[in-house]
Amino acid sequence: MSSKICAVIDYGMGNLHSASKALEHVSKNTQVIVTSDPETILKADHVVLPGVGAMRDCMGEILRLGVDQVVAEVAKTKPLLGICVGMQAMMDHSEENGGVECLKYFPGKVQFFGDNLIETQGTQNGEKLKVPHMGWNQVQQVAHPMWQKIEDNSRFYFVHSYYVTAENEQHIQGRGHYGKDFVAAIGQDNVFAVQFHPEKSHTAGLQLLENFLNWDGQA
Amino acid sequence: MGLAKRIIPCLDVEGGRVVKGVQFVDIRDAGDPVEVAKRYDQQGADEITFLDITASHEGRDTTIHMVEAIAEQVFIPLTVGGGIRAIEDIRNMLNAGADKVSINSAAITNPEFVREAAEKFGSQCIVIAIDAKKVSKDGEANKWEIFTHGGRKPTGIDAVEWAIKMTGYGAGEVLLTSMDKDGVKTGFDIELTRAISDAVNVPVIASGGVGNLQHLADGVTEGKADAVLAASIFHFGEHTVGEAKAFMAEQGIEVRL
Repeated sequence: MSSKICAVIDYGMGNLHSASKALEHVSKNTQVIVTSDPETILKADHVVLPGVGAMRDCMGEILRLGVDQVVAEVAKTKPLLGICVGMQAMMDHSEENGGVECLKYFPGKVQFFGDNLIETQGTQNGEKLKVPHMGWNQVQQVAHPMWQKIEDNSRFYFVHSYYVTAENEQHIQGRGHYGKDFVAAIGQDNVFAVQFHPEKSHTAGLQLLENFLNWDGQA
Repeated sequence: MGLAKRIIPCLDVEGGRVVKGVQFVDIRDAGDPVEVAKRYDQQGADEITFLDITASHEGRDTTIHMVEAIAEQVFIPLTVGGGIRAIEDIRNMLNAGADKVSINSAAITNPEFVREAAEKFGSQCIVIAIDAKKVSKDGEANKWEIFTHGGRKPTGIDAVEWAIKMTGYGAGEVLLTSMDKDGVKTGFDIELTRAISDAVNVPVIASGGVGNLQHLADGVTEGKADAVLAASIFHFGEHTVGEAKAFMAEQGIEVRL
């Protein structure tokens, strides 16, 4: 049986070592390729859009390398996973770097947590919160095959200063809270994207990546 | 629902080996950093920090290979500090699989290095490491100064002002070590930790002085630290990371169990 291929899109932003190593760790019959080559990406069975760093640089490289067109093509048919800035890039618009137009796959925007973020609920009520939102926070799941074998409200590792809100409630697949409610996971049809870093989220994160490689793209 | 306070075991490494002796109850050769990292990962560590004390250039290549080997098997954030002096050093560590690097003396020699590093790689992976000592006398207003060379060399820089300046330059996290408390096992310098945590808007990791589990909890509840770092209480099998988390949870601190 020929093995399947998972392409991790390399558009020059950040460290792809972690994502590819974690995918390799959980893959049984999938070859993981880090690439920017459109042909390779379009031939792959599963595609990951990672992202680290500032939105303007990320979108700049995505457009310069034509990754936007490749992602649009992939999004029509193949299981596609966005991670962190890769998820934010799928929204309409980000207010980072003075405002950046994004890929507009999901209606909604990316906003700054703010310099004066105060917790409004739970054990930390009234406390001033640090930005970036860095560390392990809980995700409240919405039923989806990507959450298989992962307990609801499991903690995942987040590092971000900007957060996603979605216009369409149906797109929300996971909810997080840090001073405000934000979208921790978003998805529609064969596309799924997460704000946290599954590749750094221990067993829960590895399970999510394994679920992705086993996913046929049907919600 | 809320963000968990983090517990971070710290390992000193030299030439790709863990030094200062790490003795888990059921492991003989605890000098193997991959084994040690896996053990802490299994215990529920939220991150692992490596402090590279290697002097030679060849030794540093070995550290890079060590990070590569760990990153293939341990899927939690890894921070590497010690000897990070150039953009190239950061790139090498991140490519090897580190998630963050901590910058210490190179920032004092050249503060612009921190700005350049944050612009190039993003604030999320640049940690400013601050080694501070109290310089005010009893009865005076608290004042802490940055020291280098293991606490021997004063710099004349005020620790709180330095933390504000470095986070302004783009450092995304502060690793704060009290040189008065380091190795003494009487607990963190709570006043220092709180002063820095109140002064900056990024997460602060408290370090230096942990001798028991109560010290870890105090760092969070009284010092307002976002994360606590410790070495010896975990290394010698006194406590597991899991025990530390259970203890903190009992005191109402949110942790990842």
